[in-house]
Amino acid sequence: MVDVPFDTVAGISPAEVGEVELYHPRSWWTRYVFSQDAKVIAIQYSITAMAIGMVALVLSWLMRLQLGFPGTFSFIDPNEYLQFITMHGMIMVIYLLTALFLGGFGNYLIPLMVGARDMVFPYVNMLSYWVYLLAVVVLASTFFVPGGPTGAGWTLYPPQAILSGTPGQDWGIILMLASLILFIIGFTMGGLNYVVTVLQARTRGMTLMRLPLTVWGIFTATVMALLAFPALFVASVMMLLDRILGTSFFMPTLVEMGQLTKYGGGSPILFQHLFWFFGHPEVYIVALPAFGIISDLISVHARKNIFGYRMMVWAIVGIGALSFVVWAHHMYVSGMHPYFGFFFATTTLIIAIPTAIKVYNWVLTLWRGDIHLTVPMLFALAFIITFLNGGLTGLFLGNVVVDVPLSDTMFVVAHFHMVMGIAPIMAVFGGIYHWYPKVTGRMLDEVLGRFHFWVSFLGAYAIFFPMHYLGLLGMPRRYHDIGETAFVPASAHDLNAFMSVAALIVGFAQLVFVFNLIWSLFKGKESGGNPWGAASLEWQTPQTPPGHGNWGKDLPIVYRWAYDYSVPGATRDFVPQDEPPAGLSAQVAHA
Amino acid sequence: MAVAIILLLVAVGSVLFHIFSPWWWTPIASNWRYIDDTITLTFWITGAVFFAVVAFMAYCVLRFQHKEGRRAAYNPENKKLEWWLTVGTAIGVVAMLAPGLVVWHQFVTVPADATEVEVVGQQWLWSYRLPGKDGRLGTSDARNVSSDNPLGLNPSDPNGQDDIVVQNDDLHLPIGKSVKVLLRSIDVLHDFYVPEFRAKMDMIPGSVTYYWLTPTRTGTFEVLCAELCGAAHAQMRSKVIVEEEKDYHAWLEKHKTYAELSGHRNVAKAAYKTGSE
Repeated sequence: MVDVPFDTVAGISPAEVGEVELYHPRSWWTRYVFSQDAKVIAIQYSITAMAIGMVALVLSWLMRLQLGFPGTFSFIDPNEYLQFITMHGMIMVIYLLTALFLGGFGNYLIPLMVGARDMVFPYVNMLSYWVYLLAVVVLASTFFVPGGPTGAGWTLYPPQAILSGTPGQDWGIILMLASLILFIIGFTMGGLNYVVTVLQARTRGMTLMRLPLTVWGIFTATVMALLAFPALFVASVMMLLDRILGTSFFMPTLVEMGQLTKYGGGSPILFQHLFWFFGHPEVYIVALPAFGIISDLISVHARKNIFGYRMMVWAIVGIGALSFVVWAHHMYVSGMHPYFGFFFATTTLIIAIPTAIKVYNWVLTLWRGDIHLTVPMLFALAFIITFLNGGLTGLFLGNVVVDVPLSDTMFVVAHFHMVMGIAPIMAVFGGIYHWYPKVTGRMLDEVLGRFHFWVSFLGAYAIFFPMHYLGLLGMPRRYHDIGETAFVPASAHDLNAFMSVAALIVGFAQLVFVFNLIWSLFKGKESGGNPWGAASLEWQTPQTPPGHGNWGKDLPIVYRWAYDYSVPGATRDFVPQDEPPAGLSAQVAHA
Repeated sequence: MAVAIILLLVAVGSVLFHIFSPWWWTPIASNWRYIDDTITLTFWITGAVFFAVVAFMAYCVLRFQHKEGRRAAYNPENKKLEWWLTVGTAIGVVAMLAPGLVVWHQFVTVPADATEVEVVGQQWLWSYRLPGKDGRLGTSDARNVSSDNPLGLNPSDPNGQDDIVVQNDDLHLPIGKSVKVLLRSIDVLHDFYVPEFRAKMDMIPGSVTYYWLTPTRTGTFEVLCAELCGAAHAQMRSKVIVEEEKDYHAWLEKHKTYAELSGHRNVAKAAYKTGSE
């Protein structure tokens, strides 16, 4: 291989804009509760997201109990099963993953990684969290209203979502839509912050092409979310009007329980287009931050620069752009015009190319590295395997005619869990094990971490890999009980029981993780400021955890990219981004 | 060492699972063997990539794991390698997409000699309608739905009078004859799904969707609903029976036309009216 040096140190331009006066909290309340510090907001976002995520985890146990042992648990009826899958899906995709990656990782890492003192609009940033919390509370309240939460499936397809044949038709669906609207309002406030901070508040020398890939991933995902969520917003508003005022945006002339309704003239397909115009970019809103985090974890823990940085950046941007023209691959069998299939299959399979480049570059980063098999590195390896697996099955479902037999079967369930469930959660875990020392000043326990890793990775793989084959067999999704069906052999029921047991075990391993988070906060080994020997800026803060304003008197100055690991001739195997090149002292640069 | 072996075992185990899995697609009963072939091709290509990448990872973990004194190489970029990988991937993608689109073109091009069959979905049962002697189905509208006219046929459409309405019974199809399956719903989304046919399409209230197939094997096949349609989604079942043409006609003879069904009712109504006068 030809080694091409990446980034020669160019001159650092003088600061153009003076520092802005930081908001300083005056009381315990404004410091820890109504805080405007992005780091506190990040922790609030993360704890809230993980708390509601635990609800979704419990729902998945209930679903798996029903699927693995149908008829055994009398407290789960078909209506409740539908409510469980709906709430599980919605919570995991939006209220856990989106909120955790953008609100949690984004808030914590963006200012630190770009060398800013805080987000540019701290007050709006605070509001973002509180509106998100309200959205979560409204969502959770649906468990306690008459009729319970909606059971329309997380895609909320009308007409059934708002008709009486579906559970949660009275309050569940109304509150679900209201909660989504709130979430989007809250997210937009946060999202504008992330974008403007990355564009405007980078420290001197931090060019766009020196940003860590984590920032690139979160930044691109946020831009996408700002463009995609409005489609869900309008769809939610319209469906709310259809439900409450009896308008007919999505409702054609139809019969409800044998009675002709007053609806007429609307289009159920229109909702699906709006939903997936949001829904497909949403996949990448979750995936791109994971891509970024994994790139950084692999680089740090293999002590080697990320391979093909520029290609990685363009792949992120390219995937982000392409993901807006593939949405209808979720609708190949929806009854839309069949010729759409040609277009959307082509765009969908084209996305495989930049995505594959990312996978190649991750594994090529391992090549000739100095691989430390730390817990974050293990999660990164597991991410690559599960993402690769889920990405490749995407080539089945994206290729229109192959999708026809597989659509709406367990194959789809297995695919999207692997690619946007397990893989991003592996990235979340890897990221938490990696940055926890920066957030708390203590290491997470290594032994518990390894236990958590192996059970989660191998267990999740054992659940979702075989699940594809049930789909191939023809087993449809969203069935609480397949019952007596001629083509389903008895062995398929055994497989279902096996997957359920695996799911319970994986679920309990998450409790070990939660225990580790709390225990290590008090008893964890002290980490120091840079335990992994990482080069990016967040590890160079004067205090750990970083204090208010992140940096000391002066903002750091950046002289190089975030990936100077094992540079030939350097004394240590990493060179921090703010370390001036030999012959140029920091003092000179500041002057 | 252990990590590298486990990674490799994941790759090998996945391949072995695939080969020895007792869970595999149902024996096909339609002309869509090409779809199965495309899936097989996709399995070969994606399987090879999966195995290669995971095995490479396992090798890297084994070979380049940290030990005292090791230092990683410094190679930020390699334009040539990156381009080769991009081109190779593009070739793999085209190898899957091109046959896929060819088969999709067949899937959406209904042969001219296909006979029409209508499937109507409603919460939570299936009904069927077949054209009568004129070979054409009459129009329909959800507004016409009543207990006398559960499928909402247009009572004034002459084409619909001889349509054969099949309720509370399975659908029969003659073997070897292409059928265009017209799909209609009167309430929510449904999806007429027969795994052995491989084809599938949602039914949407307010419009008529379709797919076509040629049954190639006699037998009884289960019908499921593949689009979530409410509380009893999983119980929305029926059967399709593919049989020889003469058995099919015998079955057809047993069913009444729309005119006969509604005529009986009209006669009954008229009699009732006369009686009351």
